[in-house]
This record gives sequence, C-alpha cells and structure tokens, in this order.
Amino acid sequence: MTDALRRTPLYEEHLALGARMVPFAGWEMPVQYAGIIEEHNAVRSSVGIFDVCHMAEFRVFGFGAFDFLQRMLTNDLHRISELGQAQYTLLLDEDGGIIDDLIVYHSGDLEYLVIANASNRDADFDWLKQHAPADLEIVDESDRTGLIAVQGPKALEVITELAGPEWQLPPRFRIGEAMLDGKVPVLIAHTGYTGEDGVEIVCSASMAPAIWRLLLSFPEVTPAGLGARDTLRLEMGYHLYGNDMDREIDPISAGLGWVCPKSKSGYMGSEAVARVREQGPDRKLAYLLVEGAIPRPGFPVLHEGDEVGKVASGTFSPTLQSGIATAYLPAELASVDTRLDVSIRKKTAKATVAKAPFVTTTSLAG
Amino acid sequence: MAHPSDRKYSNDHEWVLVDGDTATVGISHFAQDQLGEVVYVDLPSEGDSVNAGETFGEIESVKSVSELYAPLTGEIIAVNDSLGDTPEVVNSDPHAAGWMIKVRMDDPSEYDGLMTAEEYDDFVTAG
Repeated sequence: MTDALRRTPLYEEHLALGARMVPFAGWEMPVQYAGIIEEHNAVRSSVGIFDVCHMAEFRVFGFGAFDFLQRMLTNDLHRISELGQAQYTLLLDEDGGIIDDLIVYHSGDLEYLVIANASNRDADFDWLKQHAPADLEIVDESDRTGLIAVQGPKALEVITELAGPEWQLPPRFRIGEAMLDGKVPVLIAHTGYTGEDGVEIVCSASMAPAIWRLLLSFPEVTPAGLGARDTLRLEMGYHLYGNDMDREIDPISAGLGWVCPKSKSGYMGSEAVARVREQGPDRKLAYLLVEGAIPRPGFPVLHEGDEVGKVASGTFSPTLQSGIATAYLPAELASVDTRLDVSIRKKTAKATVAKAPFVTTTSLAG
Repeated sequence: MAHPSDRKYSNDHEWVLVDGDTATVGISHFAQDQLGEVVYVDLPSEGDSVNAGETFGEIESVKSVSELYAPLTGEIIAVNDSLGDTPEVVNSDPHAAGWMIKVRMDDPSEYDGLMTAEEYDDFVTAG
C-alpha cells in the first residue's frame, strides 16, 4: 500500500503551465516545464522560480532556543547572533551520522526558523522534540508555510521591483521582511541552491499561488522544476541529502568540515567529528568530470579496473556540456586530477577528479 | 507536430522510411517529447547488423536513458554521426535531420507489419 502523494499549494499552477509531475520525497512535484536544460540556462542567464513549498519549516522558540540548537547543530550559532542572520548547518546523531542538512535563520528574539529537507521532515522533528527541554516550543509550520526560490542574475531586480523602492534587500545569508506588490507580507531570505544570486520567499501557504503568478508576470522569469534544480546544484557541488550524505556518513568525509567549526565542541556528534578529523577520513566525497555519458547514482566508479566506489549524485552539466558526478572514494584516490572510469551500463566512461564547484562563472562567483 | 504519413512506426517509437530496399530509422516526435532534451546518442557502426526487436543503440536525456530498438532486420549501411556533436537535433527535427541509421533490409515484409501514422497516433494516445 502506498500513501497518496502530497501536493504543494502551487500544484494547480504547475498543471496550468504544462509541467511534467513526478513523485519526490512523498510529494507530487514538477520535474520540468519546457525542458530541464532550457530552465537551467534561464536560471544561469536570467531568472528561474522554483516551488520548494514541500520543504519543511520548524519554528524553535523560547528562552532555551539558543542553548538547545547550539547543542543539536554543528555550526556555531554565535555566528548568527544578529537578528536576520542565517547559516548552513547539520543535524547529527551521536555517532556523527548526518540526519539532515539545514538552514537556520535567526528569525526573532529567542526564535529560530529551521528549513529542512522534505524527505526528513518527520525524522528531524521527532529528533529535535525528543532532545528538547519541555519548556521549549518547537512547532512544525511546514503545512502553513510556502517557499518559492527566485534565482538568477536578474532575480534581485525582479524582487526589488515587487517589494517596492523603499525596500532594502537583506545582505547575503540574511532574511528580512517585505511587502510584495504592496499587499502580500513575506519574509525574504537572500539565499539559494543554484550558485546564482537570488532569494527564497517564505510566505503563508495560502498566498503562494498569488506570489507565483506575480513573479511569472515578469517576462524574464521562467518556471523551473526539480530537474533543473538538481543540475544547477550539482554544477556548484552542493550536497543533496540522500545522495551525498545520510546517517552512515560523517561531515568530514562529506567535505562539510567547514560547517563543524573546530572551535566548537559539545554538540551532538561532535566527538565522532573530532575523531574523524583527527584520523583523517577513509573515504571522501570527490567530484568527477565524466566524458561522453551521464553518470547516474549507483554506477560503479573504477580505478585501474577495480571498483572503488559508486556514483552518489550524477547528471549532465548543461553549462559544461559534460557528465558530472560525486562519489565516495578511498581518500588517496580523491585528489584532483586522479584518472578513473565510470561503468555506464555496457561500457566505461573516462572520469577525472575535479575541484568543486564545477562551474565558476555564476553571478555569485568572485 | 504530426507524425508524417510517408513512413511507418514501431511499438518502440521508431519511424521507418523506405526507399527501395533501404530503410531510414529514427525516433518519433512523440518519443523525443517524452525523453526531453537529448544529450547523448550512442549508435552502432556501419556494417553492423541489426535484428528486429533488438537494441541497436541508446539515447540519453538529462533525466533518463532509453534503448533504441531496431524495427527491422538487416545491415547498417549508414549512421548519422553528426548526432554525436548535435544530439539536440533529435528534438528539433526528429523526422528528418534527426535520423539515426540506414538499414539494408533482409526482409522487406517486416515493414508491412509496422503501424501507419494514423495507427501510431492512436497507439500513443491510448498509451
């Protein structure tokens, strides 16, 4: 028996736009509208908008909010001590396994907004609840919260036009309030998952369709699906939970040591992180450029004919016109320029370990 | 885009255009639309033989990969190598410039067993 797929508040909008809908993490989501490459290029050259309403939002509120999250999350919350600041962070188990990757916003006095992966919504919420002091309020606001990503070199022009001349764009990795079209109150986070400049609009779920249509009224805006979201994020080497990390993988092996500051200790999983950091990981996430075929998750990675790992994330890079992938490899093979092969059905394709990001010419680069 | 009626179609969404004993083979407009933007086409070599119903190559879009099934039996006498550099032609012009192989047919009666454009349109609508 399968559970019915859930639909975001923008479901009808996607159908009207002729989207191809697919199941994703229990949701019925648009994988593409006009075409993955076309949408990818629209984000790299103009503006694309993404329905990310399926993502989870938790509000953590109370006098103990800081202490609790500082204990549960890897990154140092002191770095976002000002209201409106945000950071990328990880939720680990006792053994250092990654439960989820999150963005935490310092959304108010004694209050944090946590944005999590749709697929981990229940696991994250249960984990947090289970470890929280009784007087701390942790609320799953996912159902009443809408989230629309607006990404691309012209994204800020569009959002500024909608928010009005008085409005001040929050600096990068900060969130602020705005009134779109003079009447729709939203939060605007200067964040994203594409490598382009842009924002993510946090709104009431009921207002999401109106905001979506407002954005589409700009001729430079293209709706973009999960297909383009994946090619865009992988070109930047951004991790995807479930492919590039899971409970069996620690942050150091995943190349996410930068969100586990050495100066911070005492958080859940910190001893395991320190141990791997000290000893060096056996396997590391490597980035592969693959010639002439698309490496897909699960395909074997070979070194001199022996299987040394499997593709974790893999796709076609529309910008580079080449296959790109990530794979966990023995640490000694994970260094840049190592020559490997990827077994792709009946043949093998040449692969070279590369540096992330694969694409360095985006509006956020430099 | 309609499926042209000057040729026939297979259950596996290949089209076949016959000239004498030579059959040109490609994939249908419907098939390219289902696949999405094609990024790699892997074709056999001239001189290889193909058997009706068996695979002769692979076509890959960002999201998926599909095998190409030969609609007829025979020897490959030409391969559209330009698809190596411009696979997107399969999307933009599937019924002409996006052709894939030319086959010298062993058994021209195999062609008779394929669907007409009208039958194929019904087939994909019902599918």
